[in-house]
Parts: sequence; structure tokens; C-alpha cells
Amino acid sequence: MRAWHFSETAYPYLPPSDSYPSIRVSLPNRIYDPAKGAALYDRYIDEWLEAEAEGVEIMLNEHHQTATCVDPAAPLMLAALARLSKTARLLILGNPIANRRQPVRVAEEMAMIDVLSHGRLEAGFVRGVPYEILPANSNPVRMNERNWEALDLIIKAWTNHDGPVSHEGRFFHHRNINIWPRPIQQPHPPIWISTTSPGGAQQVGARGYIQATFLTGFDMTRTIYEAYRKGWREAGRGENVPIHRLAYAALIYVGDTEAKAHAGADKLLWYVNSNKVPPHFANPPGYVSVAQNVRLARGAHNVVSAFGTRQGTVEGAIAAGTMFAGTPDQVLAQIKKHYDHVGGYGQLLIMGQAGFLEHDDTVHGIRMFAREVYPRLKELYPDTAISGVNPQPAAARSA
Amino acid sequence: MTAKTIKIAGIDLELHDIGQGAPVLWLHGGQGFNPKHAFVDLIAAKRRLIVPSHPGFGSSGLPDWVDSVDDIAHVHLELLDKLDLRCLDVVGHSIGGWIAAEMATKSPERIRRLVMIGPVGVKVGSPDKLDIPDVFAMSQDDASKLLFHDPVKMKVDQTKLTDDELTIMFRNRETLALLVWEPWMHNPKLMRRLHRAAMPALFIRGASDGLVSDAYMSQYAKLLPNARTHTIPAAGHAPQLEQPEKLASAVLDFLEK
Repeated sequence: MRAWHFSETAYPYLPPSDSYPSIRVSLPNRIYDPAKGAALYDRYIDEWLEAEAEGVEIMLNEHHQTATCVDPAAPLMLAALARLSKTARLLILGNPIANRRQPVRVAEEMAMIDVLSHGRLEAGFVRGVPYEILPANSNPVRMNERNWEALDLIIKAWTNHDGPVSHEGRFFHHRNINIWPRPIQQPHPPIWISTTSPGGAQQVGARGYIQATFLTGFDMTRTIYEAYRKGWREAGRGENVPIHRLAYAALIYVGDTEAKAHAGADKLLWYVNSNKVPPHFANPPGYVSVAQNVRLARGAHNVVSAFGTRQGTVEGAIAAGTMFAGTPDQVLAQIKKHYDHVGGYGQLLIMGQAGFLEHDDTVHGIRMFAREVYPRLKELYPDTAISGVNPQPAAARSA
Repeated sequence: MTAKTIKIAGIDLELHDIGQGAPVLWLHGGQGFNPKHAFVDLIAAKRRLIVPSHPGFGSSGLPDWVDSVDDIAHVHLELLDKLDLRCLDVVGHSIGGWIAAEMATKSPERIRRLVMIGPVGVKVGSPDKLDIPDVFAMSQDDASKLLFHDPVKMKVDQTKLTDDELTIMFRNRETLALLVWEPWMHNPKLMRRLHRAAMPALFIRGASDGLVSDAYMSQYAKLLPNARTHTIPAAGHAPQLEQPEKLASAVLDFLEK
């Protein structure tokens, strides 16, 4: 089991939420005080470095036009971290390549960070959440198709070393691809993909990339992982899926006592509860399938736009499997329960800072996890472990 | 009154062919075409009304290569070939007007008279302001206020729609986004080509249209050598729905000249 400290570098100093219709896309940036923002960047970078000092890896992501994540150019932050950190793996999850006009430029940025960090990059790619569509002026229709073509183009750019090659695809055109630098890691840095759909996960499994899913709880995570394992097996990658191919992101806070832990965890819920987004930003046309829109119109829950009301409390979030919080023993038991339910994963993405969780409390949570929970997780779930719900012999499964 | 399917450019197109008389090609807007709307029979009482659902609308197919209004203009010109209609009247509403304008610049000789109802397709104003408000960046209620003179009366109760009707509604909306997203609601080249569309043209707009302003329509009409404008009171972006009689008589009067 490998653990990652994930911070969205939020800007929490906002007016009352009833004074604005959306925290994303349209919230005026006059609310953002650059001086306070600079102090926050300093602080969040310090927290990533504290995590590294405790043996935890570094993870960041990218969002646009939002107070929830003031990191609209994640490769820039990653470049800074590549120089400030020394040993941690550096995961960007990820590059929103369905919204980037030039995938080859993304390949260049990632190659540069891999070289700057002496081969510590873990390169993640995401289709992007729906509220990224308007900031990117990106067409929400056919994003998946763009996403996969962009990824193939990036891999082509990374792995070609013999002078210019070309690409004339459906969405992207390049006559002369020959990036400098090329990545240190060969044939390329590990590739991560996040998806919340079983169809997407099956494709990721077929390709063998690392699959991450965010706050999908018990049953949805199991469905996604099962789709990944199916894709993996059907592509002939072998019967056994190593747990390190699967990642889960949860809100995690470990404290000395349950009361202190829940107090910290309650502040982490800012991430969920402050995500005020109206439907027209959360579900642009084409982002989900027509069939899914029909189900939503008939009252189905929109996984993408709302994390669910029962998950807005510490108890509700723990019950839903979107949060692990408590004493070290409690958190270990919660993770174990979730791990067993979904079939197992080897990458734990810790959303360990949100909103008004102050620096000292954030660092305390990281240390408590790293010192009291992480060693036991590594012992319980070594990298050689295999992922699968109720594993059966191969003969029984194919029968 | 059943639709048939016709294969054009490899695409299965839903095609309505209603009434008798000199043919009129009706090019629907982003909401798609519903033959039950009152204006349909009003026009079909005098003319043969030919209405294709654009690729990706209604039950028409959407191949992966189609992603622009220009593509659809080519498809519909091929449809006219297939129907052996060398020259006819064309009426376009909203993006249907845009499609009609593209067709008129490509093959002006095939359009006898042209009617543009609340048309989009050109950019005439400042780069700092959208000519057409961004209906995808606002709530459905706010969009309805721009779309209709009487949004309360025109509100569709989704719970009363069948799954098939809902499916078509969401699919139409998705295809609309595919076509108009960028550049927003226009083809930058179109205004440089419209001088070729010299046939008599009538631009119509509902007085309460919150998408297509009076200034936009006037400037759009001036790009055509032989166009005039007409406003229908107590109607929004879809005067054929809110004032079917007034709209039908304005269209028929113009076409029968």
C-alpha cells in the first residue's frame, strides 16, 4: 500500500455561500486576495513537504475558475515541487487532456517534470469534471474520444526517439513531433487515469494503467474496480490484477482521540459541503450520455454534481465510505472494511486538507496517519497483493 | 402523418413530407421538429412542407465526422439532389436559419425565396460581448425567459414526456452543443459569403426574442443584398410556437409573392 497526500490548494476565505450562485466557474476573482493566496501556496507546499518527510508521496490536481482548487496550471506547481522535494513520488491527477488544445505540449511538460525530478513523476490524466468545460471553452460532446486520442498522442510523443513523427487524427494534428527533453523513466512515466464510470474503467484496465476513483464509496467503487479487473483480464494481462493498479481517494483524518479526529474530519467536509454548483455547470449537454440524462430527469442521483447529502456529516461520510476518520485503530478498521468490500487497492489518495483545516492540524493529521496507520497498512497490504472480490480459481470463473 | 427515413451521405435522415403544392424546405432549430405543432398544418395547407431532422436530431443518425453546421448544409443540399428539387423556397429557424444561410452561399441558384426566423450564424457585434447569450451557462428557467414571450405558458412538463420524447430532447440538446459551441453560434466566414445569397429574403423575429436581438437581425439582414425584416409581436425566439397563425401568414404571404 502506498499513500499520497493530496491537497487542492483551496482558497477558503469566501463570503457566505448564499451570496453567490456557484463556487465554481462564475465566482468573481475580486474575492481572491493575492496576498492571502501567496501565503496559502507557501503553506500548502510546506504541507506536501511535511508529508514527504513522513514517507508519504505527493499528489496534486488541477481545476479552473474555482475557489475549491486554486491550481489552474498543475504542472507549474509540480515543477516547483520537483525542485523542493527530494524523494517523494510526484503524482499529478491529472492533466485534463480532453480540455487541452495541444497534447504534445502536455507531453513536453510532463517530460520536463520527470527530468527535473530525476524520474519521480507519476503522470495522471483525467477527462475533467463538468465544471471545467466552460473555463476551457471546451466542447462537452465527444470528450471521451478526444481524451483517448490525446493520450495516445502523448504516449507517441514520449516514446518516439528517432526524430520527427506525425499525427493526423480525428481531433489533433501534428506534422512534426520530436519533444525535448524526453522522460527519464522508460518507456514512459507510470500512467494514471481517473474515472467514475464502469465503461471507462474497463478501458483503463484493458490498457493496464493505474485506475483512480474519487469518493465513490463502497458499491460504486466495487463496480468500477470490477470493470477494471474485467478489462484487465479480457485484454490478456493475466488473471491477477495487482493491487497497485487501483487507487482510491478518500477524506482522511487521524487524531489522538475520536473526538479530536472528528473535529478535524468535520473541517475536511468543506470539500464536499462547499461545492455549490448549479446544474447548468454540473451537467453540460453531452457530458453524460443521453440515457443517463433521461435517468437523471426521472430522479436518479447525479454522481458527478453532488456528493450526496448523507455524506455531508462525519458519520454519514464514514458510513458511505467516502471518509476514514478517527483514532488510528478506527481508521485502520474503516479502511480494511472498505478494502475488503471493493476487492482491494494499493494506492490510497488522502484528501488531508480542505477549507479551514489549519496548518498545524493538517500536519498533525498527516503525521498521525504516517506514523500510526501507514506502517500497518503496508504490512497488511504488500504490493504483491492481488485485487479481486471473492477471488475464485480461474477455472471456476470461466465456467 | 408519419416520418420516413432517407439515406443521405451515409446518414439515415428522418424526413417529414407534408401537404401539397410548391415545395418549402423547413429547417428546424435547436429544439428539433415536432409535426404536431400548429404552424405545421397551417403551412402545409397551402404548400408541400419538407422537413428533415438534422443529423443528430430527432431520429436522424449522427456519424462521428459530423460536427458543424457546414456539414449539415452539405447534407441537406444532397437531400435536395436526392428529392430532385432543383429550386425551392427555404425557411430556417434559429440554427436552421444558419444552415439555410450556409446553403444559400453555396448554391444560391437552388433557393427561390428565403425566410430566416430568429436566425443565428453570424457575428456582427463587439468581441467583448456575445451576440447570442450563452444559454448553456444559465439555468433552464433563465434560458426560457430569453426563449419565450410567455415562458410560463411555454414550459414543458418533463414528467409528462415519454422516455422516447425525453431521449430526443436530450439528444437534440447534445447535438446543438456539438454544433454551436465554438465559435459560439456562428461561422466567422459566413458574413463574408452572404453577398452571394441574392434571392429575396425575409428575416422574422419575435419582438420578445432574448437570443436574437433586433439589432442583430437588422445587421444580419443587411449582409444579404435583397433582404427585409419583419417583427411578430407577443412572441419570443420561436414565433411559430407562440404565434403560429401570424408566423404562418407572414411566411406564406412572402413566399406567395
